[in-house]
Formats: sequence, structure tokens, C-alpha cells
Amino acid sequence: MLNNKSSAPKSISSFEFAIEAIIRVLGFSTIGFVLLIFLFLLKEGVPFFYKTDLINIFGTRWYPTFDLFGTLPLILGSVAITVVAVIMALPMGVATAVFIREIAPGWVREILKPMIETLAGIPSVVIGFFGMTVIAPMVRETLGVATGLTIFTGAVTLAYMALPTMISVAEDALDTVPKNYRDAALAMGATKWQTIRHVVLPAARSGISMAVMLGMGRAIGETMTVMMVTGNAARMPLGLDALFKPIRTMTATIAAEMGEVAGGSIHYHALFGIGIVLFVLTFFINLAAARAIFQKRRKGGLR
Amino acid sequence: MNRHLAQEIAFAVLTLMAMMVVIPVFWVIWIIVAKGSSAISWTFLTQMPHDGMTAGGILPAILGTFLLTAGTALVAIPIGIGGTIYLAEYARDTWLTRCIRLAIVNLAGIPSIVYGLFGLGLFVLFMKMGTSIMAGALTLGIMTLPVVISTAEEALRAVPTEFRTVNASLGGTRWQGIRMIVLPQALPGIITGVILGLLRAAGETAPILFTVAAFFLPVLPRSPFDQTMALPYHLYVISTQVPGMPEEIQYGTALVLLGIVLSMNVFASVIRSYYRRKRQW
Amino acid sequence: MVEPKIRIEKVTYAYGGKEVLKDISFDIMANTITVLFGPAGGSKTTILRMINRLNDLVEGTRMSGRVLVDGQDIYAGGTDVAALRRRIGMVFALPLPLPGTIRENVLYGLKLAGITDKMQKDTALERSLNQAALWDEVKDRLDHPAVQLSGGQQQRLCIARSLALEPEVLLLDEPTSGLDPISTRKVEESLFELKSQYTIVIVPHSTQQAARLADYAAFFLMGELIEYGEGSKIFTAPRNKRTEEYVTGRFG
Repeated sequence: MLNNKSSAPKSISSFEFAIEAIIRVLGFSTIGFVLLIFLFLLKEGVPFFYKTDLINIFGTRWYPTFDLFGTLPLILGSVAITVVAVIMALPMGVATAVFIREIAPGWVREILKPMIETLAGIPSVVIGFFGMTVIAPMVRETLGVATGLTIFTGAVTLAYMALPTMISVAEDALDTVPKNYRDAALAMGATKWQTIRHVVLPAARSGISMAVMLGMGRAIGETMTVMMVTGNAARMPLGLDALFKPIRTMTATIAAEMGEVAGGSIHYHALFGIGIVLFVLTFFINLAAARAIFQKRRKGGLR
Repeated sequence: MNRHLAQEIAFAVLTLMAMMVVIPVFWVIWIIVAKGSSAISWTFLTQMPHDGMTAGGILPAILGTFLLTAGTALVAIPIGIGGTIYLAEYARDTWLTRCIRLAIVNLAGIPSIVYGLFGLGLFVLFMKMGTSIMAGALTLGIMTLPVVISTAEEALRAVPTEFRTVNASLGGTRWQGIRMIVLPQALPGIITGVILGLLRAAGETAPILFTVAAFFLPVLPRSPFDQTMALPYHLYVISTQVPGMPEEIQYGTALVLLGIVLSMNVFASVIRSYYRRKRQW
Repeated sequence: MVEPKIRIEKVTYAYGGKEVLKDISFDIMANTITVLFGPAGGSKTTILRMINRLNDLVEGTRMSGRVLVDGQDIYAGGTDVAALRRRIGMVFALPLPLPGTIRENVLYGLKLAGITDKMQKDTALERSLNQAALWDEVKDRLDHPAVQLSGGQQQRLCIARSLALEPEVLLLDEPTSGLDPISTRKVEESLFELKSQYTIVIVPHSTQQAARLADYAAFFLMGELIEYGEGSKIFTAPRNKRTEEYVTGRFG
């Protein structure tokens, strides 16, 4: 008996040591994956930047067949569509978050939350398909434009794809506003709406800007939807009327062309080069959003 | 009174906005169900496509998606749960831990097409796996990690600290506490996280474009190193690349994909709410 | 002179840069009840959690001095902490049943120690539940969930859970703070029974309880040990003025 009691911990401890080592490695693996991704993007993408001259790279024409690799229309395409999408999604997202947290009765919330989760779960290719077959024709007919595959169409679909993220981050932000702020305002005779507008929303501002960041990150990286609904014409989106004309984004360019390039060609490296741009862009967007996350966590402090 | 009128108007606008968010969700689902359900038949689900994919079924795409999702699970579950245990149970608040958190936030933010490039560069070309289920599952598995880790970590942290203290006070090591108390208690939350991650992987197209997907493949895959068709890519192909495609087949394919993904979604939330009611703390 | 079971030697303890225990030294004798009492914030709990090294779980602490159990420094390198905690059981202020049945709760420590022998487990189960004065109430529903028990029963279950490991020392941190008077009396009675086999260190939830239980008592104020001695003396004829003021209810 006694023997049993004293021998057990010994075998446990060496086993435990092994388990802890494995868990530690798995914990750190995420860092490894990020580095690995960046490394392979660099490995395949950097040749583009020294094999092509800068004037070409920052040119306005992307015609790989003629060795014209002007990335400007692609970058501007991505930026344009992201900005328009976020402008559409922001008021809707914040409004919905406020509605869910502050106004909606319980049963309405019980319907809204799963619907938003459902929206988050719809594959982007399905949304793209829907945008192509249903929304694009509607845009074409109501606006009388040549094609329904436009920045506007893409931005509408992207806005909906970014909404679930934005709503949940905005909800969290509203959640962190201390209850006594609200109570104080209400006690002074403010209406519920005055409280929301002048107390709750300003207090949740940093959280809401994080929602914008993450929504942007989501929109700029979206691939299938934009490829299917924006017409994929690599042209500069200049002027307001560009909103109702086709465009091509960085993501769609990679997706559409990588299948057809010869490995090791400049075109191949160029697509990886665009990948680097996307990686770096989303890295900084998420870094900005993550600063808020870390600040929040530090306050939570000790375990 | 004026400010009460302002409140009425503001609340009406907010309600309208919220409706604008959710009504299109019903609309999308409704249209896809309405136009796609006539295509669903036993033949459609169990036959190979023929006549340039304009007739027959979509079995290889369905099967491919299942295989890919299973492969993704094999990659994401051990790494994800191990990483979560480290973060929630072992890691102290050091700069290195913050680097891990930053890496996770980052993995979550990397565009799916960039995962596709990465998979092509590392698995397909450098490790010479070729376009294969293996390469795709590894790519999707890494992409799925942040979803699994963030959901599972929440589940682990929800287990009361006191259980760990009691475990230690009775001579339990940290790992014993994790294995005997924390993990069993957090299991429903972990499962929810895994399903949420996998459903995202199942619906992804961009990461498999150059790592797995076959445009048309008349045979079913036999090994992890074979190519395969997959539902999301198939939907993309038949809606953009094949002229004269019957609309019914397009919508039918969209419906099958949507059905798989949304039923996983429902399954995850059922598990979550069932165990949330059942648990004792 | 008899060797003390536990000797606390010049211990200073800081948490988050703030000293919560200042140069504490005293002995705890075997087979007695030692009471650590004083107003809240006196770091009594910290001392308890120091004796079975449960403070190890807390980040950002600093400690100097020594804690000896049977003459061995338990903070010396190479100490098997898990084995130490099996020898020194602990009961917390709130009843903390683990998820699972009554039986699983009581036998959890044995499971951790790798004991699978059925006879041994059954004996430990009945013995420890008896010692905690709970056996009669639960013997017919050992496989029911532990959370179904009342608060008082849960707390006695937690005592039984510690006793199942046959520890040498039992640390109790306000074990009756959440209990009704009847349950409190039951717990106190079982403590008197247990004294013959165990060394008991308790942070009581009231001065009255301290006086009822104490063989020895230590009075703590703001992290300092003000007075230590036999219970009969400390509660009737304290030497220190501050102890007297506290015991007679003038502050705290």
C-alpha cells in the first residue's frame, strides 16, 4: 500500500514533464506559423521586387501578358471597396449592437443573435454566388448601368460579411461601459437615448474603432465574393462614377491568376508580391486592433 | 416632450438598421432554398457529374469537402487544444505570451487567399505534396487555429479557478487538474469552438484554390495525396467558369454547401446551450 | 521540550511589492488545535496557504524565512510539493465540491495519488465521511451529485475529502463562515474528535469560535504576530494590550 502511494508521483512527474513540454511547444507553434507564412511569402514574392523596376510596379496598368505589373489599380481597388464597405457597415453595425444591447426585448435578441451568427457562417462563395445572380442584376436594372458587377455591388456584399465581426466587437465595447455611468445619466433625468448618445457611445469609442479596424481587415482580405461580384477589371477607380463600374482587388487578382501562371515566372512572383502587401496591410490593421485587446487583458490582470 | 420624440425617432432608426442587417440573411437563405431544393435528389447527392457537369450529381465535391474537413480537424484539434491549454493554464503574463496572443490575432486576420499562397509555397511546392488533400488540410488547419483557440480558451477560463486550487490542495499536479477537472468541464465549449472552426474551413474556397481543388475529377480520391473536388470550389466553378450551366444545379450546389455549414452552426449552438444549462457551477 | 510539528521561522511575505507578513515566527504543536485569529486583512489565510505551499499558485509573490514540517524545510529545493500537500490537507472558506458525485469527491485525492485498490478506497470513503460526521446522512446516496447537498453538508464533504488522504495536518480557513449554527456545531465537534489524530490549524470565523476551539492561539494584526500562547491564557488574560482590546471586542 505505502509503496503504491510513494511510487505513483514519481512516474507521474516524468510523464507530466513530457506533457508540459508538448503543450508548451503547441502554445508557441502559433508564432512559428505566422513566421513561416511570412517567410514563404517573402521567399516567393521578393524576386518580384528586384526583377521588376519600380516604375512598372507602381504603374497604373496590370497586363501581365505584356509584362506590365502596375499594382496601383489593384491596391486602389482593394482600398476603394474596403472603404465603401466599411462606410456602409459602420452605422449598421453600431446601430445593431446598440439595438441588441440597449433596446431590444429579450425575445428579439434571441432571434437576432443566431441570425447574425448564421450570417457569419455563410461561406463567402455562397454570398458571392448570391451577389452575382441576384444583387448584380438588381443593381444593373435599377441604376441602368452597363453591368451590375461594380464596386458598389462588391461593397454591399462585403459590408454584410464584415457586419458579424463588427457587431460582436461593438457589443463587447458597449458591455465594458460601467453600469454606474448609465445609472448616473438616467438619474439626472436623461432619456435612455440621451444616455446612449452622450454617455454610452462616447465611452465605447475605442472599442468601436476596434470594430472598424477588424471590419476593414475582414473586408480587405475577402476573396471569393469580390472576385465574383466586382467584374475583375483592373482599372483605376478614379472619380465618383467609378463606384458603379467594375474593379479588381488584390485578392481577386491572386485567386484568378495563380492557377494559370508558370511557377517561377515573374507573374508568379508578382502574385506572391501582392500577397506580401496583403499580409503586411492586415498585420498592421490587426496590430492596431490588438493594442486594445492587450490593454483590456492587462487590466484583467492576475490569475 | 421634444426629447422623448427624439428618442422615439432614434429607436425607430436603430430598429430599422438592425432589421436591415438580419432580413437579408433570411432573404439569401430563402432564395437559395427556393431555387435549389428542386435540384436536390438522391441522384444529385450520390452520383458523379457528367455531360460537362451540367448533369448528374455532385458526390465527389461533397465527399471532398468531408475529407478536407476531417483532415483539417486532425491538424487543428491537437494543435489548437494544446495551444489553448498552454495559454489558459500554463502561460504567465510575459512578453512572450503576448507574442503568442499577437500571433493568434494575426493568424485570424490573414486573408484566406494568403493562406492559399502559403499552402502553395510550403506544402505543395517546397514539401512536394503536390495539390492534394494533405496540403489543403494542413493549410486549412492552420487557418482554423485562431477560431479554435479563442473559443476553447474562453471555455477553459470559464471553469472556476477554485477547482484548480482544490486539485492542488489534494496533491494534484497541474496536469492532473487539467485532465481530470478542467478539460471535462470545458469540453462542450471546446467542441463548440472546434465545430465553429471546421465549418469555416468547410466553406472556404480561396485557401484550396491552388492547394487541393480539382476543376473536374471523374474519380474519387484514394489517398491523402490525391486531388479532390470540393463543394465551395465547385460552386465557384459552375457559377463562373462553365457557360450554359443549368441554374438549378448551381442553386442546388449552393444549397448543399449552405445546408452542411449551417447545420454545423446549429449543432454547435445546441451543444453550447444544452451544456450551459446542465452544468453545476 | 517536544519538537513542534510545524515551525514558522522569521517569515516575511510580500505580495505585489507589499509586505503582508512581517517577520513571523511561531511553532505549531502536534495533535492540538492552533487558532490564527485577528481582524480581516491580517494575512491569516496567507499563513495557511504557505504551510501547504498553495501560495505557489499565485504570481508576483516574494518570501523569505523558513517553514519547517517535522524539521524539514518545505521550501527547500527538491521538495515534492504534491506529496507535501497530501500530508497537509486544506479546507476552504466556501464549500467547494468538485463536479461529480459524493463518492468521486471524497476519493479524488486518492485518484490523484494513483490509488486504485477498491478495498482501500471503500475503507477511506467510509472512514473519512464518518470522521467528518457526514456518513449517516449520505451513505445511501454516495453516487448522487455533490452539489445536491446542503451548504453545511458540502463543507463537511470537503473536510472528508481532505481526510481521505489521511493527512498529518489539517488546515481550515474559516470553514464555518457560510454555515448555519447547527452545521457549525457539527463541524466543531468533529474537529475536537479529529484532534487526537491530526494537527489542526484553523482560521476561525469569529473570536467566540476561536476561544471555543483553541489549544493554542496566535493573534495577528496587519501582518504582524502580536501574541502567541495557550488558548486558555490568550482569551482570558492576554499580555498584550492590543490583543486584550480585540478579544474584549473593543475593535475589529
